[in-house]
Amino acid sequence: MQFFFEVLIGGLLSGVMYSLVALGFVLIYKASGVFNFAQGSMVFFAALTFVGLQQESGLSLWLALPVTLGAMVILGLLIERIVLRPLVNQPQISLFMATIGLSFLIEGVTQMLWGASPRGLELGIEDQPFDWLMDRTGLNVSQFDLFAAVVSGVLVSALAIFFQHTRIGRALRAVADDHQAALSIGIPLQYIWAIVWAVAGFVALVAGLMWGARNGVQFALTFTALKALPVLILGGFESIPGAIVGGLIVGATEKLAEVYIGPHVGGGIEGWFPYVLALLFLLVRPEGLFGEKRIDRV
Amino acid sequence: MLYREAGQFKTTYVADQQIFPIRQDRIGVIAVLVFAFLVVPFIANQYWFSAILVPTLIFALAALGLNILTGYAGQLSLGSAAFMAVGAFAAYNFVLRVPGMPLLVAFALAGCCAALVGIVFGLPSLRIKGFYLAVATLAAQFFVVWALVKFPWFSNYSSSGVITAQKMEILGVSFDTPLMKYMLVLSLVTVLALAAKNMVRSSIGRAWMAVRDMDVAAEVIGIRIMRTKLMAFAISSFYCGVAGALYAYAYLGTVEPEAFTLDLSFRILFMVIIGGVGSILGSFLGAAFITLLPILLSVLVHTMNELLRAVFSVSLPASITSNLEFVVFGGLIIFFLIVEPHGLARLWQIGKEKLRLWPFPH
Repeated sequence: MQFFFEVLIGGLLSGVMYSLVALGFVLIYKASGVFNFAQGSMVFFAALTFVGLQQESGLSLWLALPVTLGAMVILGLLIERIVLRPLVNQPQISLFMATIGLSFLIEGVTQMLWGASPRGLELGIEDQPFDWLMDRTGLNVSQFDLFAAVVSGVLVSALAIFFQHTRIGRALRAVADDHQAALSIGIPLQYIWAIVWAVAGFVALVAGLMWGARNGVQFALTFTALKALPVLILGGFESIPGAIVGGLIVGATEKLAEVYIGPHVGGGIEGWFPYVLALLFLLVRPEGLFGEKRIDRV
Repeated sequence: MLYREAGQFKTTYVADQQIFPIRQDRIGVIAVLVFAFLVVPFIANQYWFSAILVPTLIFALAALGLNILTGYAGQLSLGSAAFMAVGAFAAYNFVLRVPGMPLLVAFALAGCCAALVGIVFGLPSLRIKGFYLAVATLAAQFFVVWALVKFPWFSNYSSSGVITAQKMEILGVSFDTPLMKYMLVLSLVTVLALAAKNMVRSSIGRAWMAVRDMDVAAEVIGIRIMRTKLMAFAISSFYCGVAGALYAYAYLGTVEPEAFTLDLSFRILFMVIIGGVGSILGSFLGAAFITLLPILLSVLVHTMNELLRAVFSVSLPASITSNLEFVVFGGLIIFFLIVEPHGLARLWQIGKEKLRLWPFPH
């Protein structure tokens, strides 16, 4: 029973990490209707720039953080200017494919700048279990995972408040619904998109730091973006709480399936189980748990 | 002036229903085919056959399959490599386990197996659209590759997981030199491409295009959505399956799941985007572009390196050269989507339009 709880908690915490990446997707989709496939590369870029600044330019942790944030903001502005502005009001598929191209571009540029060898990222929090929790209940919970969960919680709450209760948040939602309608009522489209991509860059930075500290900063970080896709499907593409709930569900079921179903089919089902789960979920509820219901029946 | 179709009257229904009704098109296609079948075998060397022509044709076939699904039927799919893998392994198993199985029949059956898998993973398309469908096909991609690795029956219980493809032999003629492989691949691709060109202008092709443009309206006017969408998945997977079997037999020489990763799916998608979504010619142009681009890039980088070394005695760092391909690919995708969203095929069409008037100004 205790093992079950350990696996469950471990899964929930790793799910929180997935939802960090999914948050970036949701932000950009919510605000500009673009499904940003390049989010994974942005996470990679953020993490590698942070580590590179720390290790090669010798900046301290607290100095490298704002510099990397600035770099992400500039990246977001460049993306908006070069990729999105010429593609205003094109079909969603075109924008999606443009972000696929963008992800390749960002990966290539990142590795050109900082090299291709994997690096470690130190945040000062160790991957050790809490001693007092261990003594009281015998549960094995990593300090780092808990820290990541707290950070994600704070980030999600801040973003949710931002979208619901501020003027800019409302403007972002208007832009997501219809670009041209938002333009026609006077919302400055480019300004809004620049803000959105900058915020998404910030989220990518947080996700990059968490993932980098956990698994090391390497090329495989871009594939964490793919793992976030089932999270988005479960939670709904436009919902910030959905990203968290979806992440928790995906993380928990993935680990539980690997531990309890895995041995019967030879293991290694972590790779596709979330996708099949998302697929089955899509057949029942196509818009996700918290997504907007779009009725398209015949 | 060269491309005028004025003066070409059709006097029979058969003539009116030709695949290439314009005489200049017919002449062009026949010229290309004659060149490919009769001239290239004499002027190309082994490197060209095995490294450029054969993979271009194989990828063109896969891109054709994906174009049918994404370009004509509008169902976005990121799982083409999975269907190619099914085709490759099915062909291997048919040749292995059925004594005396002719190679072409094995390829056809492999395509049918891939079509069945395609139908299974195409079932979600009846309820979901757009990116959600793309994620569902991603599920296909990961699941199929995992299944092929996990169940050793597929790779005949081989210990290394990498199986050598059997030698190709049709009616006693063996196809093991690069030239023979090229001829086999060229013949199969020509037949299948002609079939595809015919299919997309028939009623099933029109049904696909109706579903792509607005499926609610298509259903209203009586097109059966389930049959149309599943047919698109089936035929597209058939093409990808045959392409996968050819990929394993005529190009790689081995049948392994690692050759059919997500990376390959993306490459085929890029071929479709750059070549032109919804165009048969576009599949060929895109495949040629994507296959030739890395070679061109490495030649370019090499000469630039030589130049820099000769003039400034410094060379480009390795990190730039190895990642240049990524950057150029990504940049080109974005460039094409902004400048010419309909791809190289549209550029060709614009060229033909201009040829109607050339050399006159108007």
